[in-house]
Amino acid sequence: MRLNGRFGRFGGCYVPEILVPALEQLEAAFLDAQDDPHFTSELNDLLANYAGRPTPLTRCRNLPGNIYLKREDLLHGGAHKTNQVLGQGLLARRMAKTRLIAETGAGQHGVATALVGALLGFETVIYMGAEDVERQQLNVFRMQLMGAEVIPVESGGRTLKDAINEALRDWSASFETTHYLLGTAAGPHPFPTMVREFQRVIGREARAQIVEQLERLPDAVVACVGGGSNAIGLFADFLDDSVQLIGVEAAGKGLDGDEHGATLLRGVRGILHGAETYLLQDDDGQITDTWSVSAGLDYPAVGPEHAHLKDSGRAEYVGATDAEALAAFKALAESEGIICAFESAHALAHALKLAQAEPNSAILVGLSGRGDKDVAQAERLLA
Amino acid sequence: MSRYAAMFERLGGEGAFGAFMMLGDPDLETSAGVLHQAVDAGADMIEVGIPFSDPVADGPVIQAAAQRALAAGVRVGDCLDLIAALRSHHTDVPIGILTYANIVAARTGFMRDAAEAGADSLLIADVPSLEADPFARKMEQGGIEPVLIAAANTPDATVQRIARLSKAYIYCVSRAGITGTHAGGHFDSRLIGRLQAAGAPPAVFGFGISKPEHVRSAVSAGARGVICGSAIVEKVGLGEDVTELIRSLKAATRERLGAAMN
Repeated sequence: MRLNGRFGRFGGCYVPEILVPALEQLEAAFLDAQDDPHFTSELNDLLANYAGRPTPLTRCRNLPGNIYLKREDLLHGGAHKTNQVLGQGLLARRMAKTRLIAETGAGQHGVATALVGALLGFETVIYMGAEDVERQQLNVFRMQLMGAEVIPVESGGRTLKDAINEALRDWSASFETTHYLLGTAAGPHPFPTMVREFQRVIGREARAQIVEQLERLPDAVVACVGGGSNAIGLFADFLDDSVQLIGVEAAGKGLDGDEHGATLLRGVRGILHGAETYLLQDDDGQITDTWSVSAGLDYPAVGPEHAHLKDSGRAEYVGATDAEALAAFKALAESEGIICAFESAHALAHALKLAQAEPNSAILVGLSGRGDKDVAQAERLLA
Repeated sequence: MSRYAAMFERLGGEGAFGAFMMLGDPDLETSAGVLHQAVDAGADMIEVGIPFSDPVADGPVIQAAAQRALAAGVRVGDCLDLIAALRSHHTDVPIGILTYANIVAARTGFMRDAAEAGADSLLIADVPSLEADPFARKMEQGGIEPVLIAAANTPDATVQRIARLSKAYIYCVSRAGITGTHAGGHFDSRLIGRLQAAGAPPAVFGFGISKPEHVRSAVSAGARGVICGSAIVEKVGLGEDVTELIRSLKAATRERLGAAMN
């Protein structure tokens, strides 16, 4: 490896030996592409003319306080996921791979991978927990419509974590022809670094937009954290500024019980899915089940750079419960006419708390995705 | 001399037969019985899995075994007790642990506890040689020998590092992919040559060993031994006796293919 792949003590490359050459090839392709103007111009063209960048920065007119929304919900595909699948898709073509595999929870990353598979002409296979396949039929059909094969994963808890296990198993046998298009800034090196760089565009745009609109930096930048890709993309260009960075984890049914996905708040250090990071686990190191109303935050690990930002104190991590997220989801729809993803509603829920405490602070919120996928669930929960 | 070194010396040109079982599968009592049966049936070395909730290097058969053990409430401490019980009956048979990084990382003093229970070696499936230095140091301090994996696609510089870090044996992966009984049979003698040139400990083939002909072709390719996992674990899962399978595979370690005899 050319980079060390660590964020403080976190990160690394904890995979079976047989996958190390595939990760070395990926790191080399990623680093070489960074210096290749053809790669950058093709990616920028796709981001602008296919995906719809730059996305707007919207100041909330009716919600209390001074809240600005970075509108990744308006990106093609419906979430920030599209930014980085375009980058990885071009890298896969550069490495002459013919097949893409990916994991998905609620289906957003699966949909994003399916669209890049269709666009760039890859055979595409999506691993999805059988439980999630049943809950997210609409997204399963979207993936199939774009030509992807969706394989339900029956092992373990039949959710996102198990889908990642199965994708890693596939890749162990198929790496010569196949690129594993991991969906978040987690996993073994180089994924956390590479995904952050492909998502950095969120914060780069947002920083310039808010400086233009407000004529100063925001006081706080708030994003939800599951694996952590939208948060790290939003934070990256603010790391050297004197701006508060706040990641919001899924507090589920409450942080005092076991039914949450608050890895950084309640987890301990460990090694899973290729990286040393914080994990929700028992005393023996067995990974425990998580809970969140939003499937995208329902994950027992977290990107290693967030683990480092927590330990170094540069970022602060808090929780929002299912009920708080749902209330924020409803408030945004009623006050601003925007239906956001349940994941993004966690970030907004915390921003609303901040706005109440300090009405004059300017708060930048990463609105990572739109809520179409959650509308049916919301109808039941709000009834 | 370590138990592995003594075993390879005793066997001479005969291949070592390693039987893999998941500790606590399907429950502690049955598992204890199967371990003894494996030794009695002629296994030269016993390789044991400590179940992990997310075994990414394992196929469906071994995943299911880990799930059975965890569903039965088996803890890491119980697994170490099973090793200790096996060791008290069999003082010479090498015992190796195969598990995952988070199981090792979660228990302070894992290496020492494993060594005190009577285990001789430790292979951590998701710690490649790139990340192995700190683990190997702790293993040596705790009195347990590191085993690393080498595969056909492992580059020469990595083979050198694996040879330097491994002590008991090298676990050679016979094909790409994960553990499982399907598609056995391709054993890369070039990999063995590269390991020997790097001064590595004895090469043992795992993955896809389920029939006597797989054993014969692995030993003929120059392997000093083989490990059979999924085929044994499948029988345990079905509640079947493992004796006959282990006997037949062990017998094949004494039969080289004609071509290799010359």
